Amino acid sequence: MRRLWSFPGGIRLPGFKQMSNSETIRGLPVPERVYLPLRQHIGAEARPVVAVGERVDKGQLLAEATSFVSAPVHASTSGVVIDIGKHTVPHPSGIAEECIVIEADGEDHWHSALAPLADIDNATPTQLRAAIREAGIVGLGGAVFPSAAKLKPPRSIDTLIINGVECEPYITCDDLLMRSSAEAVLRGCLLLRRILCAGQCILVVEDNKPEAMQQLRLARDILIDAGESGAEGIELVGIPTVFPAGGEKQLIKVLTGREVPTGGLPYELGVVCLNVGTAAAVHDAILLGRPLVSRIVTVTGNGIKRPGNYLVPLGTPTHALLDAAGRTDDEAELIMGGPMMGQRLPTSQAMVVKGTNCILVNKPEPQTAQMPCIRCGSCANACPMKLLPQQLYWHAHGKTFDKLERYQLDSCIECGCCNLVCPSHIPLVSYFRYAKTEIADQAYKRQRAEESRLRSEVRQERLERMKRETAERNARRKAARSKPKKSVSVKATADPAAEDAPQSQQVSNG
Amino acid sequence: MAEAPTVINVTEGAPFIGPTVDVGLVMRRVIYALLPGLLAYLWFFGWGPLTNLVYAVASALLFEALLLGIRQRSLWPFLSDGSAVLTACLLALSLPPMAAWWLPVLGSFIAIVFAKQLYGGLGYNPFNPAMAAYAVLLISFPLEMSQWLLPLELQDQILSLVDGFRYTLNGQLPTGLSFDAISSATPLDKLRTDTGLGHAVSDIRNAPVFGLIAGQGTEWVGLGYLLGGLVLLWLRIISWHIPVSMLVALAAMAGMGFLIDPQQHADPLLQLFGGASMLGAFFIATDPVTAATTARGKIIYGAGIGVLVYAIRSWGAYPDGVAFAVLLMGMTAPLLDQYTVPKVFGARRKGWRG
Repeated sequence: MRRLWSFPGGIRLPGFKQMSNSETIRGLPVPERVYLPLRQHIGAEARPVVAVGERVDKGQLLAEATSFVSAPVHASTSGVVIDIGKHTVPHPSGIAEECIVIEADGEDHWHSALAPLADIDNATPTQLRAAIREAGIVGLGGAVFPSAAKLKPPRSIDTLIINGVECEPYITCDDLLMRSSAEAVLRGCLLLRRILCAGQCILVVEDNKPEAMQQLRLARDILIDAGESGAEGIELVGIPTVFPAGGEKQLIKVLTGREVPTGGLPYELGVVCLNVGTAAAVHDAILLGRPLVSRIVTVTGNGIKRPGNYLVPLGTPTHALLDAAGRTDDEAELIMGGPMMGQRLPTSQAMVVKGTNCILVNKPEPQTAQMPCIRCGSCANACPMKLLPQQLYWHAHGKTFDKLERYQLDSCIECGCCNLVCPSHIPLVSYFRYAKTEIADQAYKRQRAEESRLRSEVRQERLERMKRETAERNARRKAARSKPKKSVSVKATADPAAEDAPQSQQVSNG
Repeated sequence: MAEAPTVINVTEGAPFIGPTVDVGLVMRRVIYALLPGLLAYLWFFGWGPLTNLVYAVASALLFEALLLGIRQRSLWPFLSDGSAVLTACLLALSLPPMAAWWLPVLGSFIAIVFAKQLYGGLGYNPFNPAMAAYAVLLISFPLEMSQWLLPLELQDQILSLVDGFRYTLNGQLPTGLSFDAISSATPLDKLRTDTGLGHAVSDIRNAPVFGLIAGQGTEWVGLGYLLGGLVLLWLRIISWHIPVSMLVALAAMAGMGFLIDPQQHADPLLQLFGGASMLGAFFIATDPVTAATTARGKIIYGAGIGVLVYAIRSWGAYPDGVAFAVLLMGMTAPLLDQYTVPKVFGARRKGWRG
């Protein structure tokens, strides 16, 4: 048994997982249109390589990655590109961003050029990483960081952690993935481990998912029997169910006892952490030759008739998904992600993107009166980052932002634990989000002000220099023109009367 | 509420799960946790504590409503949050039982009006309202504040509840009964006076007001508060830091005195179960608004109270010192919080940055 540590704080939450994990993953009819944003990842927007009117097949490249931290976009169904333009993307503001829109032909046939990586057994890490990059794979746990970039850390890695924790209530997409495709997940782990040359590989699941764990064990046995080298080296670890155990920093603490330094990244501890969904996508990309064009999405909540998990082509509008699952309550609000850290969707027009793990449809919580902080410290006990939310709240409330920086607001992961345990019902996380934005804004303005000050100084200097130079030039010219007169003036200074003046001044000075 | 600035839209953003506790629930649980101690108090001392409770709670609610009205705050959320009731209960249980009606009423007035509402109400008071009121009363009315009842088994005649209320309202006892027959100095008071007179502790403890480990009856009340306090710990309404550090510090100080000269200093058990030690440790010092909030801060805060309680009892002008100790340490709480900031997860060094 692996020794486990615990992370500070955290809370136990009702899971509501049974709502959506009792049935197998369902398919979805091919949507009429798919809207594929050029940025479904952290980093630079992808650049379109297709034109409006072009026919595309499923899996065909639509837009290419433009920098190291970027990811390409592929067609999630076959059809015709009918538009490249701004459409509403999943964001609480309802903002529109650049998308490629495909009118589906309903055939849903794969692109003929797609093929598994040739000679996989002898492929180098660089080749494997390139295949992952070309498949458009990003972190499917929600952070959507391009995986190929994460797989090229600046130092050697000894521990690869595959995250199947899924600690948010309601969400079961990783649970169902592990139950239905345990072998793909494990094969993905083996490939990732090969790329990183990691000494150990830990696949970690919260102990509220015994079926998933069971399937993983079976699949590992099958791989071992099949002589798959390294399969026995994948450690399957169950950890206690405490929110937010699935947070990267918390998970690394639980498994290694070490803390990712503030502002740092896991690789500094020799650790890389990837989601089980990402591992499965790596399997699909390298062993099946299929780029990331669909994902499992949990559709659940008390406003849904048939909660469950759906295999959804990327770019499918949320309303198509809601139609399939049945919406019982139009009053209920749409949340993308979990109830603790998800985002409210202002419209069901927004599409499923690579980072969409869950569509939660719940009646809004009744508004409760906010009471003054009684400094009970429940929030500090619940904070997994060991912050003092009661102090942060005090200073966010008073807008004393310098104090917030000293109390290290930037370490807040906005997990929502403090919010939930607050007896005064203070929306702490809202305050912190607001303060973070303000601090960033002020820093930006300070920087702008500094830049403009420098600019103005340089300009002032330049103007003065020009003035001085002009004056000097004029003086020289003048001097050159009036050379004969100069002797006169010299004579004048030789005048005894003129010599008296400085002398008298010296006396008065003395 | 008036405290929420307009810039924050509460409906904006996660989490989308509502909170599971509220202030009222916390306060009510603390009030219920007082029950074991209160029942022991009633059992050993008769109806006296109850008259205090009735006057204090009723007047506290009245003053709270009045001040909320003057300050133009919404009445219901704050009247129903239980904080005024809890303050009144703590005050009532600290006063001599069966005190004249105006004593608890005046106490509630000081606690609610001066110590709480004038500072901004719930959450904004720098000092523990019940203890601030207690201190003011103790200094202003030393005589009334030292008229404690004898345990029932030492009283000649047991008063009924009606007699108790009548006495608190007009000072009339049933015919043939003098107040001296039912009142006495507290064990701590007696200990203080008699050691001052040069008596040995072992002799003093033979006096009838003393029981097995501390005062006759009061030791059971102390045990009742201890029980209630353990329930609060179990419910995680309070953390262990303050009560444990306070009681350990008090016991350590008492232990040192006892080791130096057991005839001059009472043993630690008497200090722990005498006076307001248990009530103070679990119910008063743990008042979140006025205590330190960081783990290390709480330990220093609690230990400071324990040391001060012993110092006031041993060398001060009053037989008990919980109220003054809590008020004094309350002054240090903001400073303690500032200098005991825990190391943030992943931070390279402790405390404040920069």
